[in-house]
Amino acid sequence: MLKDITLGQYFPGDTPVHRLDPRTKLILTVVYIAALFMVKTWGGYALVIAALAAVTFIAHIRPRALLKGLKPLIFIIVFTAVLNLFFTAGDDILFQWRFIRITHTGLERAVSMVLRVMLLVSGTFMLTYTTSPLAITDGLERLLSPLNKLHVPVYELSLMMCIALRFIPTLIEETDRIMSAQKARGADLETGSLPERAKALLPLLIPLFISAFRRADELALAMECRCYNGGQGRTRMKQLHMGWQDAAAFGLGALLVAGILLLRRLGI
Amino acid sequence: MSLLELRGLTHVYSRGTPFEKTAIDHLDLDIEAGQTLGLIGHTGSGKSTLISHLNALLKPTEGTVLFNGEDIYATKAAMRHARFRVGVVFQYPEYQLFEETVYADIAYGPKNQRLSQQEIDRRVREAAAFVGLSEDQFDRSPLELSGGQKRRAAIAGVLAMEPEVLVLDEPTAGLDPAGREDLLEKLFAWKDASGGTIILVTHDMSIANRCQRLVVMESGRIVLDGPPELVFAASEQLRGSGLDLPAAAHIAGLLRRAGVDLPAAIYTVDQLAEAILSLRGKGGAPC
Repeated sequence: MLKDITLGQYFPGDTPVHRLDPRTKLILTVVYIAALFMVKTWGGYALVIAALAAVTFIAHIRPRALLKGLKPLIFIIVFTAVLNLFFTAGDDILFQWRFIRITHTGLERAVSMVLRVMLLVSGTFMLTYTTSPLAITDGLERLLSPLNKLHVPVYELSLMMCIALRFIPTLIEETDRIMSAQKARGADLETGSLPERAKALLPLLIPLFISAFRRADELALAMECRCYNGGQGRTRMKQLHMGWQDAAAFGLGALLVAGILLLRRLGI
Repeated sequence: MSLLELRGLTHVYSRGTPFEKTAIDHLDLDIEAGQTLGLIGHTGSGKSTLISHLNALLKPTEGTVLFNGEDIYATKAAMRHARFRVGVVFQYPEYQLFEETVYADIAYGPKNQRLSQQEIDRRVREAAAFVGLSEDQFDRSPLELSGGQKRRAAIAGVLAMEPEVLVLDEPTAGLDPAGREDLLEKLFAWKDASGGTIILVTHDMSIANRCQRLVVMESGRIVLDGPPELVFAASEQLRGSGLDLPAAAHIAGLLRRAGVDLPAAIYTVDQLAEAILSLRGKGGAPC
Protein backbone atom coordinates (compact mmCIF):
# COMPACT_ATOMS: atom_id res chain seq x y z
CA MET A 1 0.00 0.00 0.00
CA LEU A 2 1.13 3.51 -0.73
CA LYS A 3 0.15 4.48 2.80
CA ASP A 4 3.12 2.56 4.12
CA ILE A 5 5.67 5.00 2.69
CA THR A 6 7.50 6.56 5.62
CA LEU A 7 9.46 9.25 3.79
CA GLY A 8 9.12 12.41 5.85
CA GLN A 9 6.54 10.82 8.08
CA TYR A 10 5.81 12.20 11.50
CA PHE A 11 5.29 9.92 14.48
CA PRO A 12 3.33 11.89 17.06
CA GLY A 13 4.56 11.59 20.61
CA ASP A 14 5.29 13.48 23.78
CA THR A 15 8.94 12.86 24.56
CA PRO A 16 11.71 15.35 25.39
CA VAL A 17 12.80 15.13 21.74
CA HIS A 18 9.30 15.89 20.47
CA ARG A 19 9.01 18.84 22.83
CA LEU A 20 12.20 20.58 21.66
CA ASP A 21 11.80 23.80 19.72
CA PRO A 22 11.79 23.02 15.98
CA ARG A 23 14.54 25.59 15.45
CA THR A 24 16.75 23.71 17.88
CA LYS A 25 16.13 20.47 16.05
CA LEU A 26 16.78 22.06 12.65
CA ILE A 27 20.07 23.61 13.78
CA LEU A 28 21.14 20.42 15.51
CA THR A 29 20.35 18.40 12.39
CA VAL A 30 22.65 20.66 10.38
CA VAL A 31 25.30 20.36 13.09
CA TYR A 32 24.86 16.59 13.05
CA ILE A 33 25.37 16.44 9.29
CA ALA A 34 28.45 18.63 9.49
CA ALA A 35 29.80 16.56 12.38
CA LEU A 36 29.26 13.37 10.43
CA PHE A 37 31.58 14.65 7.71
CA MET A 38 34.24 15.49 10.28
CA VAL A 39 34.34 11.85 11.41
CA LYS A 40 37.52 10.16 10.26
CA THR A 41 37.92 7.37 12.83
CA TRP A 42 35.99 4.26 13.86
CA GLY A 43 35.70 5.67 17.36
CA GLY A 44 33.99 8.69 15.85
CA TYR A 45 31.45 6.50 14.07
CA ALA A 46 30.81 4.62 17.29
CA LEU A 47 30.15 7.91 19.04
CA VAL A 48 27.72 9.08 16.35
CA ILE A 49 25.92 5.72 16.39
CA ALA A 50 25.66 5.92 20.17
CA ALA A 51 24.25 9.46 19.96
CA LEU A 52 21.71 8.46 17.32
CA ALA A 53 20.71 5.39 19.32
CA ALA A 54 20.23 7.53 22.41
CA VAL A 55 17.99 10.00 20.57
CA THR A 56 16.03 7.11 19.01
CA PHE A 57 15.53 5.62 22.44
CA ILE A 58 14.49 8.89 24.11
CA ALA A 59 12.06 9.71 21.26
CA HIS A 60 10.44 6.25 21.47
CA ILE A 61 11.08 5.64 17.77
CA ARG A 62 11.26 1.98 16.92
CA PRO A 63 14.58 1.00 15.32
CA ARG A 64 12.52 -0.80 12.68
CA ALA A 65 11.00 2.50 11.59
CA LEU A 66 14.52 3.84 10.98
CA LEU A 67 15.47 0.78 8.94
CA LYS A 68 12.27 1.09 6.94
CA GLY A 69 13.21 4.67 6.09
CA LEU A 70 16.49 3.37 4.67
CA LYS A 71 14.80 0.84 2.43
CA PRO A 72 14.23 3.14 -0.58
CA LEU A 73 17.95 4.00 -0.49
CA ILE A 74 19.14 0.44 -0.66
CA PHE A 75 20.27 0.89 -4.28
CA ILE A 76 22.42 3.91 -3.45
CA ILE A 77 23.89 2.16 -0.44
CA VAL A 78 24.78 -0.98 -2.38
CA PHE A 79 26.14 1.12 -5.24
CA THR A 80 28.34 3.12 -2.86
CA ALA A 81 29.59 -0.05 -1.26
CA VAL A 82 30.43 -1.79 -4.55
CA LEU A 83 32.07 1.28 -6.04
CA ASN A 84 34.33 1.85 -3.05
CA LEU A 85 35.05 -1.81 -2.52
CA PHE A 86 36.27 -2.64 -6.01
CA PHE A 87 37.58 0.60 -7.37
CA THR A 88 39.78 1.91 -4.61
CA ALA A 89 43.46 1.92 -5.47
CA GLY A 90 45.95 0.60 -2.94
CA ASP A 91 48.59 -2.04 -2.57
CA ASP A 92 47.45 -3.79 0.60
CA ILE A 93 45.57 -6.42 -1.39
CA LEU A 94 43.28 -8.73 0.56
CA PHE A 95 41.75 -10.71 -2.26
CA GLN A 96 42.37 -10.98 -5.97
CA TRP A 97 40.72 -12.97 -8.69
CA ARG A 98 41.38 -11.99 -12.32
CA PHE A 99 40.46 -8.30 -12.56
CA ILE A 100 38.56 -8.23 -9.29
CA ARG A 101 40.71 -6.85 -6.54
CA ILE A 102 39.80 -5.91 -3.02
CA THR A 103 42.21 -3.82 -1.02
CA HIS A 104 42.28 -3.12 2.64
CA THR A 105 41.82 0.60 2.01
CA GLY A 106 38.89 -0.18 -0.28
CA LEU A 107 37.16 -2.32 2.31
CA GLU A 108 37.63 0.28 4.97
CA ARG A 109 36.40 3.05 2.73
CA ALA A 110 33.34 1.05 1.60
CA VAL A 111 32.29 0.35 5.17
CA SER A 112 32.79 3.94 6.27
CA MET A 113 30.93 5.37 3.27
CA VAL A 114 27.96 3.06 3.80
CA LEU A 115 27.93 3.92 7.48
CA ARG A 116 28.05 7.60 6.64
CA VAL A 117 25.15 7.45 4.17
CA MET A 118 23.03 5.42 6.56
CA LEU A 119 23.76 7.66 9.52
CA LEU A 120 23.12 10.76 7.44
CA VAL A 121 19.72 9.56 6.32
CA SER A 122 18.59 8.14 9.65
CA GLY A 123 19.69 11.29 11.42
CA THR A 124 17.66 13.54 9.19
CA PHE A 125 14.72 11.15 9.45
CA MET A 126 14.89 11.69 13.19
CA LEU A 127 13.93 15.33 12.53
CA THR A 128 10.84 14.50 10.49
CA TYR A 129 9.87 11.59 12.75
CA THR A 130 9.71 13.81 15.83
CA THR A 131 8.66 17.17 14.39
CA SER A 132 5.36 17.84 12.67
CA PRO A 133 5.67 19.32 9.17
CA LEU A 134 3.95 22.45 10.43
CA ALA A 135 6.51 22.91 13.19
CA ILE A 136 9.35 22.37 10.72
CA THR A 137 8.12 25.08 8.37
CA ASP A 138 7.48 27.35 11.32
CA GLY A 139 11.03 26.84 12.53
CA LEU A 140 12.47 27.29 9.06
CA GLU A 141 10.59 30.52 8.58
CA ARG A 142 11.90 31.93 11.81
CA LEU A 143 15.44 30.81 11.11
CA LEU A 144 15.39 32.31 7.63
CA SER A 145 13.58 35.52 8.58
CA PRO A 146 16.78 37.62 8.44
CA LEU A 147 16.70 36.98 4.67
CA ASN A 148 13.55 39.11 4.53
CA LYS A 149 15.83 42.12 4.60
CA LEU A 150 17.31 40.93 1.33
CA HIS A 151 13.78 40.81 -0.14
CA VAL A 152 13.63 37.03 -0.13
CA PRO A 153 9.91 36.17 0.25
CA VAL A 154 10.53 33.93 3.23
CA TYR A 155 6.93 33.91 4.41
CA GLU A 156 5.50 32.97 1.01
CA LEU A 157 8.11 30.26 0.59
CA SER A 158 7.34 28.74 3.93
CA LEU A 159 3.61 28.89 3.22
CA MET A 160 4.17 27.08 -0.05
CA MET A 161 6.24 24.46 1.68
CA CYS A 162 3.67 24.11 4.40
CA ILE A 163 0.85 23.59 1.89
CA ALA A 164 2.91 21.14 -0.13
CA LEU A 165 3.76 19.11 2.97
CA ARG A 166 0.20 19.23 4.16
CA PHE A 167 -1.09 17.82 0.90
CA ILE A 168 1.35 14.96 0.45
CA PRO A 169 -0.66 12.52 2.60
CA THR A 170 -3.92 13.75 1.06
CA LEU A 171 -2.64 13.17 -2.45
CA ILE A 172 -1.26 9.76 -1.51
CA GLU A 173 -4.65 8.82 -0.12
CA GLU A 174 -6.33 10.15 -3.22
CA THR A 175 -3.97 8.16 -5.44
CA ASP A 176 -4.80 5.07 -3.44
CA ARG A 177 -8.50 5.67 -3.87
CA ILE A 178 -8.35 6.31 -7.59
CA MET A 179 -6.06 3.33 -8.03
CA SER A 180 -8.59 1.10 -6.27
CA ALA A 181 -11.42 2.48 -8.36
CA GLN A 182 -9.59 1.91 -11.65
CA LYS A 183 -8.36 -1.52 -10.59
CA ALA A 184 -11.96 -2.38 -9.76
CA ARG A 185 -12.65 -1.64 -13.42
CA GLY A 186 -9.92 -4.03 -14.45
CA ALA A 187 -7.04 -1.57 -14.87
CA ASP A 188 -3.77 -3.47 -15.03
CA LEU A 189 -0.92 -1.40 -13.63
CA GLU A 190 1.56 -4.17 -13.05
CA THR A 191 2.10 -6.06 -16.29
CA GLY A 192 2.81 -5.11 -19.91
CA SER A 193 5.62 -3.41 -21.79
CA LEU A 194 6.91 -0.02 -20.72
CA PRO A 195 4.79 2.05 -23.16
CA GLU A 196 1.76 -0.03 -22.23
CA ARG A 197 2.36 0.60 -18.57
CA ALA A 198 2.85 4.32 -19.15
CA LYS A 199 -0.46 4.38 -20.96
CA ALA A 200 -2.10 2.45 -18.13
CA LEU A 201 -1.12 5.30 -15.80
CA LEU A 202 -3.34 7.81 -17.60
CA PRO A 203 -6.55 6.70 -15.85
CA LEU A 204 -4.70 7.35 -12.62
CA LEU A 205 -2.96 10.63 -13.42
CA ILE A 206 -5.85 12.47 -15.04
CA PRO A 207 -8.27 12.16 -12.12
CA LEU A 208 -5.41 12.93 -9.76
CA PHE A 209 -4.56 16.17 -11.55
CA ILE A 210 -8.20 17.17 -11.76
CA SER A 211 -8.64 16.65 -8.06
CA ALA A 212 -5.39 18.46 -7.21
CA PHE A 213 -6.58 21.52 -9.13
CA ARG A 214 -9.99 21.29 -7.48
CA ARG A 215 -8.36 21.14 -4.07
CA ALA A 216 -6.13 24.12 -4.87
CA ASP A 217 -9.21 26.11 -5.91
CA GLU A 218 -11.06 25.15 -2.76
CA LEU A 219 -8.09 25.99 -0.57
CA ALA A 220 -7.64 29.40 -2.21
CA LEU A 221 -11.32 30.13 -1.70
CA ALA A 222 -11.23 29.02 1.93
CA MET A 223 -8.19 31.23 2.56
CA GLU A 224 -9.85 34.23 0.97
CA CYS A 225 -13.02 33.61 2.95
CA ARG A 226 -10.92 34.03 6.07
CA CYS A 227 -9.53 37.30 4.77
CA TYR A 228 -6.06 35.97 4.12
CA ASN A 229 -3.92 38.64 2.51
CA GLY A 230 -0.32 37.69 2.92
CA GLY A 231 2.21 37.51 5.65
CA GLN A 232 2.57 41.17 6.58
CA GLY A 233 1.85 41.69 10.25
CA ARG A 234 0.43 38.24 10.89
CA THR A 235 0.60 36.99 14.42
CA ARG A 236 0.63 33.33 15.31
CA MET A 237 -1.35 31.14 17.61
CA LYS A 238 1.58 29.00 18.65
CA GLN A 239 4.59 31.06 19.64
CA LEU A 240 7.92 29.36 19.43
CA HIS A 241 10.11 29.79 22.45
CA MET A 242 13.28 28.12 23.55
CA GLY A 243 13.71 26.86 27.07
CA TRP A 244 16.35 25.17 29.19
CA GLN A 245 15.75 21.89 27.33
CA ASP A 246 16.89 23.54 24.12
CA ALA A 247 19.97 24.89 25.84
CA ALA A 248 20.69 21.38 27.10
CA ALA A 249 20.21 19.95 23.61
CA PHE A 250 22.67 22.47 22.18
CA GLY A 251 25.08 21.55 24.94
CA LEU A 252 24.85 17.86 24.05
CA GLY A 253 25.28 18.70 20.36
CA ALA A 254 28.44 20.65 21.16
CA LEU A 255 29.69 17.71 23.23
CA LEU A 256 29.15 15.39 20.27
CA VAL A 257 31.18 17.62 17.97
CA ALA A 258 33.89 18.02 20.60
CA GLY A 259 33.98 14.26 21.12
CA ILE A 260 34.35 13.60 17.40
CA LEU A 261 37.17 16.12 17.10
CA LEU A 262 38.89 14.71 20.15
CA LEU A 263 38.70 11.13 18.84
CA ARG A 264 40.01 12.36 15.51
CA ARG A 265 42.95 14.06 17.19
CA LEU A 266 43.65 10.90 19.20
CA GLY A 267 43.24 8.79 16.07
CA ILE A 268 40.87 6.30 17.71
CA MET B 1 -23.07 -23.20 -1.29
CA SER B 2 -23.36 -19.45 -1.13
CA LEU B 3 -22.25 -17.12 -3.90
CA LEU B 4 -19.71 -15.30 -1.75
CA GLU B 5 -18.20 -16.84 1.35
CA LEU B 6 -15.89 -14.92 3.65
CA ARG B 7 -13.85 -17.26 5.81
CA GLY B 8 -12.02 -15.91 8.85
CA LEU B 9 -11.21 -12.74 6.95
CA THR B 10 -8.74 -10.50 8.77
CA HIS B 11 -7.02 -7.34 7.61
CA VAL B 12 -4.40 -5.43 9.55
CA TYR B 13 -3.16 -2.08 8.24
CA SER B 14 0.43 -0.81 8.74
CA ARG B 15 1.48 -3.93 10.57
CA GLY B 16 4.44 -3.38 12.85
CA THR B 17 4.16 0.43 13.10
CA PRO B 18 2.55 2.60 15.78
CA PHE B 19 -0.33 3.06 13.31
CA GLU B 20 -1.15 -0.66 13.26
CA LYS B 21 -4.91 -1.12 13.05
CA THR B 22 -7.02 -4.22 12.70
CA ALA B 23 -9.75 -3.18 10.29
CA ILE B 24 -11.48 -6.53 10.06
CA ASP B 25 -11.11 -9.25 12.58
CA HIS B 26 -11.76 -12.93 11.79
CA LEU B 27 -14.98 -12.28 9.98
CA ASP B 28 -17.24 -14.97 8.53
CA LEU B 29 -20.07 -14.08 6.19
CA ASP B 30 -22.09 -15.90 3.54
CA ILE B 31 -23.84 -13.93 0.85
CA GLU B 32 -26.52 -15.65 -1.21
CA ALA B 33 -27.08 -14.95 -4.90
CA GLY B 34 -29.91 -12.53 -5.62
CA GLN B 35 -29.84 -10.91 -2.20
CA THR B 36 -29.93 -7.22 -1.48
CA LEU B 37 -27.62 -6.92 1.45
CA GLY B 38 -27.12 -3.76 3.46
CA LEU B 39 -23.80 -3.36 5.22
CA ILE B 40 -24.10 -0.78 7.97
CA GLY B 41 -21.78 0.44 10.65
CA HIS B 42 -20.17 3.48 12.16
CA THR B 43 -17.27 5.23 10.37
CA GLY B 44 -14.18 3.12 10.86
CA SER B 45 -16.07 -0.09 11.55
CA GLY B 46 -14.33 -1.79 8.62
CA LYS B 47 -17.04 -1.67 5.96
CA SER B 48 -14.87 -0.15 3.25
CA THR B 49 -11.97 -2.49 3.99
CA LEU B 50 -14.37 -5.41 3.81
CA ILE B 51 -15.68 -4.54 0.36
CA SER B 52 -12.15 -4.10 -1.02
CA HIS B 53 -11.67 -7.81 -0.33
CA LEU B 54 -14.75 -8.87 -2.26
CA ASN B 55 -13.03 -8.18 -5.59
CA ALA B 56 -9.50 -9.03 -4.44
CA LEU B 57 -8.25 -5.42 -4.35
CA LEU B 58 -6.83 -5.92 -0.89
CA LYS B 59 -5.14 -9.10 0.19
CA PRO B 60 -6.29 -10.36 3.56
CA THR B 61 -3.79 -10.72 6.38
CA GLU B 62 -5.56 -13.97 7.23
CA GLY B 63 -8.53 -15.90 5.88
CA THR B 64 -9.94 -15.83 2.39
CA VAL B 65 -12.93 -15.12 0.15
CA LEU B 66 -14.64 -17.79 -1.92
CA PHE B 67 -16.67 -16.93 -4.99
CA ASN B 68 -18.85 -19.86 -6.08
CA GLY B 69 -16.67 -21.99 -3.85
CA GLU B 70 -13.42 -20.92 -5.50
CA ASP B 71 -10.69 -19.00 -3.71
CA ILE B 72 -10.44 -15.60 -5.41
CA TYR B 73 -6.83 -15.22 -4.25
CA ALA B 74 -5.72 -18.59 -5.66
CA THR B 75 -3.95 -17.21 -8.76
CA LYS B 76 -3.36 -13.86 -10.43
CA ALA B 77 -5.91 -14.80 -13.07
CA ALA B 78 -8.48 -15.64 -10.39
CA MET B 79 -7.92 -12.26 -8.74
CA ARG B 80 -8.40 -10.48 -12.02
CA HIS B 81 -11.47 -12.55 -12.76
CA ALA B 82 -12.96 -11.55 -9.41
CA ARG B 83 -12.66 -7.86 -10.40
CA PHE B 84 -15.07 -8.38 -13.26
CA ARG B 85 -17.53 -10.64 -11.47
CA VAL B 86 -17.78 -8.43 -8.41
CA GLY B 87 -18.21 -4.82 -9.51
CA VAL B 88 -17.27 -2.35 -6.80
CA VAL B 89 -18.41 1.27 -6.91
CA PHE B 90 -16.43 3.24 -4.35
CA GLN B 91 -17.47 6.37 -2.52
CA TYR B 92 -17.71 9.42 -4.73
CA PRO B 93 -17.05 7.37 -7.87
CA GLU B 94 -17.26 10.50 -10.04
CA TYR B 95 -13.62 11.26 -9.14
CA GLN B 96 -12.49 8.26 -11.17
CA LEU B 97 -13.78 9.62 -14.51
CA PHE B 98 -10.90 10.33 -16.86
CA GLU B 99 -11.70 9.67 -20.51
CA GLU B 100 -12.42 12.35 -23.06
CA THR B 101 -16.01 11.27 -23.56
CA VAL B 102 -18.67 9.68 -21.41
CA TYR B 103 -18.89 6.78 -23.85
CA ALA B 104 -15.17 6.02 -23.66
CA ASP B 105 -15.24 6.19 -19.89
CA ILE B 106 -18.07 3.70 -19.56
CA ALA B 107 -16.26 1.47 -22.10
CA TYR B 108 -13.06 1.41 -20.01
CA GLY B 109 -14.07 -1.61 -17.90
CA PRO B 110 -15.36 -3.78 -20.78
CA LYS B 111 -12.26 -2.83 -22.79
CA ASN B 112 -10.10 -4.18 -19.99
CA GLN B 113 -12.13 -7.38 -20.23
CA ARG B 114 -10.90 -7.60 -23.85
CA LEU B 115 -14.37 -7.96 -25.31
CA SER B 116 -15.22 -7.48 -28.97
CA GLN B 117 -16.11 -4.02 -30.25
CA GLN B 118 -19.79 -4.91 -30.74
CA GLU B 119 -20.06 -6.41 -27.28
CA ILE B 120 -18.48 -3.33 -25.72
CA ASP B 121 -20.88 -1.11 -27.62
CA ARG B 122 -23.90 -3.13 -26.52
CA ARG B 123 -22.80 -3.09 -22.89
CA VAL B 124 -22.08 0.64 -22.85
CA ARG B 125 -25.52 1.43 -24.26
CA GLU B 126 -27.26 -0.94 -21.86
CA ALA B 127 -25.39 0.32 -18.82
CA ALA B 128 -26.09 3.93 -19.75
CA ALA B 129 -29.77 3.11 -20.17
CA PHE B 130 -29.89 1.43 -16.75
CA VAL B 131 -28.60 4.52 -14.98
CA GLY B 132 -30.68 6.86 -17.14
CA LEU B 133 -27.98 8.56 -19.20
CA SER B 134 -29.28 9.43 -22.63
CA GLU B 135 -27.20 8.66 -25.70
CA ASP B 136 -26.76 12.32 -26.65
CA GLN B 137 -24.54 12.64 -23.56
CA PHE B 138 -22.10 10.06 -24.97
CA ASP B 139 -19.87 12.53 -26.79
CA ARG B 140 -19.65 15.05 -23.99
CA SER B 141 -16.68 15.24 -21.65
CA PRO B 142 -17.54 13.57 -18.34
CA LEU B 143 -16.31 16.72 -16.62
CA GLU B 144 -19.08 18.78 -18.21
CA LEU B 145 -21.83 16.67 -16.64
CA SER B 146 -23.71 17.73 -13.53
CA GLY B 147 -22.82 16.10 -10.21
CA GLY B 148 -25.66 13.58 -10.35
CA GLN B 149 -24.93 12.70 -13.97
CA LYS B 150 -21.24 12.18 -13.20
CA ARG B 151 -22.19 9.77 -10.44
CA ARG B 152 -24.42 7.85 -12.83
CA ALA B 153 -21.77 7.73 -15.54
CA ALA B 154 -19.31 6.31 -13.02
CA ILE B 155 -21.79 3.66 -11.87
CA ALA B 156 -22.53 2.80 -15.50
CA GLY B 157 -18.79 2.24 -15.94
CA VAL B 158 -19.00 -0.59 -13.41
CA LEU B 159 -22.36 -1.94 -14.63
CA ALA B 160 -20.91 -2.24 -18.14
CA MET B 161 -18.63 -5.00 -16.89
CA GLU B 162 -21.84 -6.95 -16.22
CA PRO B 163 -20.81 -8.10 -12.76
CA GLU B 164 -22.77 -10.77 -10.92
CA VAL B 165 -22.44 -8.86 -7.68
CA LEU B 166 -22.66 -5.09 -7.48
CA VAL B 167 -21.09 -3.51 -4.41
CA LEU B 168 -21.78 0.16 -3.77
CA ASP B 169 -20.13 2.23 -1.04
CA GLU B 170 -22.48 5.05 -0.02
CA PRO B 171 -23.82 5.45 -3.55
CA THR B 172 -26.20 8.24 -2.58
CA ALA B 173 -23.79 10.38 -0.53
CA GLY B 174 -24.07 14.03 -1.50
CA LEU B 175 -27.17 13.60 -3.67
CA ASP B 176 -30.42 15.46 -3.01
CA PRO B 177 -33.42 13.40 -1.78
CA ALA B 178 -34.97 13.15 -5.25
CA GLY B 179 -31.67 12.10 -6.84
CA ARG B 180 -31.15 9.58 -4.06
CA GLU B 181 -34.56 7.98 -4.58
CA ASP B 182 -34.07 7.94 -8.33
CA LEU B 183 -30.66 6.27 -8.12
CA LEU B 184 -31.87 3.61 -5.67
CA GLU B 185 -34.81 2.76 -7.89
CA LYS B 186 -32.48 2.38 -10.86
CA LEU B 187 -30.17 0.12 -8.91
CA PHE B 188 -33.04 -2.10 -7.78
CA ALA B 189 -34.34 -2.16 -11.36
CA TRP B 190 -30.89 -3.30 -12.53
CA LYS B 191 -30.96 -6.09 -9.96
CA ASP B 192 -34.39 -7.29 -11.05
CA ALA B 193 -33.45 -7.20 -14.73
CA SER B 194 -30.05 -8.88 -14.40
CA GLY B 195 -30.77 -11.20 -11.49
CA GLY B 196 -27.64 -9.91 -9.79
CA THR B 197 -26.77 -9.44 -6.16
CA ILE B 198 -26.44 -6.02 -4.54
CA ILE B 199 -24.37 -5.11 -1.51
CA LEU B 200 -25.05 -1.61 -0.27
CA VAL B 201 -22.76 0.05 2.23
CA THR B 202 -24.64 2.84 3.90
CA HIS B 203 -25.10 5.08 6.89
CA ASP B 204 -28.58 5.96 5.83
CA MET B 205 -31.16 3.92 7.71
CA SER B 206 -33.92 4.82 5.28
CA ILE B 207 -31.87 3.05 2.60
CA ALA B 208 -30.91 0.21 4.91
CA ASN B 209 -34.48 -0.79 5.58
CA ARG B 210 -35.06 -1.44 1.90
CA CYS B 211 -32.56 -4.28 1.91
CA GLN B 212 -33.57 -7.90 2.47
CA ARG B 213 -30.79 -8.49 4.90
CA LEU B 214 -28.75 -6.20 7.09
CA VAL B 215 -25.28 -6.84 8.44
CA VAL B 216 -24.15 -4.49 11.19
CA MET B 217 -20.41 -4.10 11.74
CA GLU B 218 -18.57 -2.75 14.71
CA SER B 219 -14.78 -2.59 15.05
CA GLY B 220 -14.17 -5.15 12.35
CA ARG B 221 -16.72 -7.71 13.50
CA ILE B 222 -20.31 -8.52 12.66
CA VAL B 223 -22.54 -7.69 15.61
CA LEU B 224 -26.00 -8.09 14.06
CA ASP B 225 -27.16 -9.99 11.01
CA GLY B 226 -30.71 -10.53 9.82
CA PRO B 227 -33.71 -9.03 8.08
CA PRO B 228 -34.29 -5.31 8.81
CA GLU B 229 -37.16 -5.89 11.24
CA LEU B 230 -34.98 -8.10 13.41
CA VAL B 231 -31.99 -5.78 13.27
CA PHE B 232 -34.02 -2.69 14.06
CA ALA B 233 -35.75 -4.54 16.92
CA ALA B 234 -32.36 -4.69 18.62
CA SER B 235 -32.40 -0.92 18.98
CA GLU B 236 -30.27 -0.82 22.13
CA GLN B 237 -27.51 -2.81 20.50
CA LEU B 238 -27.68 -0.65 17.38
CA ARG B 239 -27.24 2.46 19.45
CA GLY B 240 -24.31 0.80 21.17
CA SER B 241 -22.71 0.41 17.74
CA GLY B 242 -23.08 4.13 17.17
CA LEU B 243 -26.00 3.80 14.77
CA ASP B 244 -29.44 5.33 14.81
CA LEU B 245 -32.77 3.70 14.16
CA PRO B 246 -34.73 4.85 11.14
CA ALA B 247 -36.78 7.89 12.16
CA ALA B 248 -40.08 5.98 11.93
CA ALA B 249 -38.85 3.18 14.21
CA HIS B 250 -37.56 5.73 16.67
CA ILE B 251 -40.92 7.56 16.79
CA ALA B 252 -42.78 4.25 17.18
CA GLY B 253 -40.56 3.42 20.13
CA LEU B 254 -41.24 6.77 21.80
CA LEU B 255 -45.01 6.36 21.26
CA ARG B 256 -44.90 2.87 22.75
CA ARG B 257 -43.11 4.17 25.78
CA ALA B 258 -45.79 6.87 26.14
CA GLY B 259 -48.41 4.14 26.35
CA VAL B 260 -49.66 3.99 22.77
CA ASP B 261 -50.37 0.39 21.77
CA LEU B 262 -48.33 -0.11 18.57
CA PRO B 263 -47.20 -3.41 17.00
CA ALA B 264 -43.53 -4.33 17.29
CA ALA B 265 -42.19 -4.33 13.73
CA ILE B 266 -42.36 -0.73 12.55
CA TYR B 267 -39.46 0.72 10.66
CA THR B 268 -40.82 2.65 7.68
CA VAL B 269 -42.91 5.80 7.56
CA ASP B 270 -45.70 3.92 5.76
CA GLN B 271 -45.92 1.22 8.41
CA LEU B 272 -46.00 3.85 11.14
CA ALA B 273 -48.75 5.81 9.42
CA GLU B 274 -50.79 2.65 8.93
CA ALA B 275 -50.38 1.56 12.54
CA ILE B 276 -51.47 4.95 13.83
CA LEU B 277 -54.47 5.07 11.49
CA SER B 278 -55.60 1.58 12.53
CA LEU B 279 -55.52 2.71 16.17
CA ARG B 280 -57.90 5.46 15.27
CA GLY B 281 -60.21 2.91 13.64
CA LYS B 282 -60.30 0.95 16.89
CA GLY B 283 -61.27 4.12 18.65
CA GLY B 284 -58.22 3.78 20.86
CA ALA B 285 -56.27 6.98 21.29
CA PRO B 286 -58.13 10.17 20.34
CA CYS B 287 -56.39 11.89 17.48
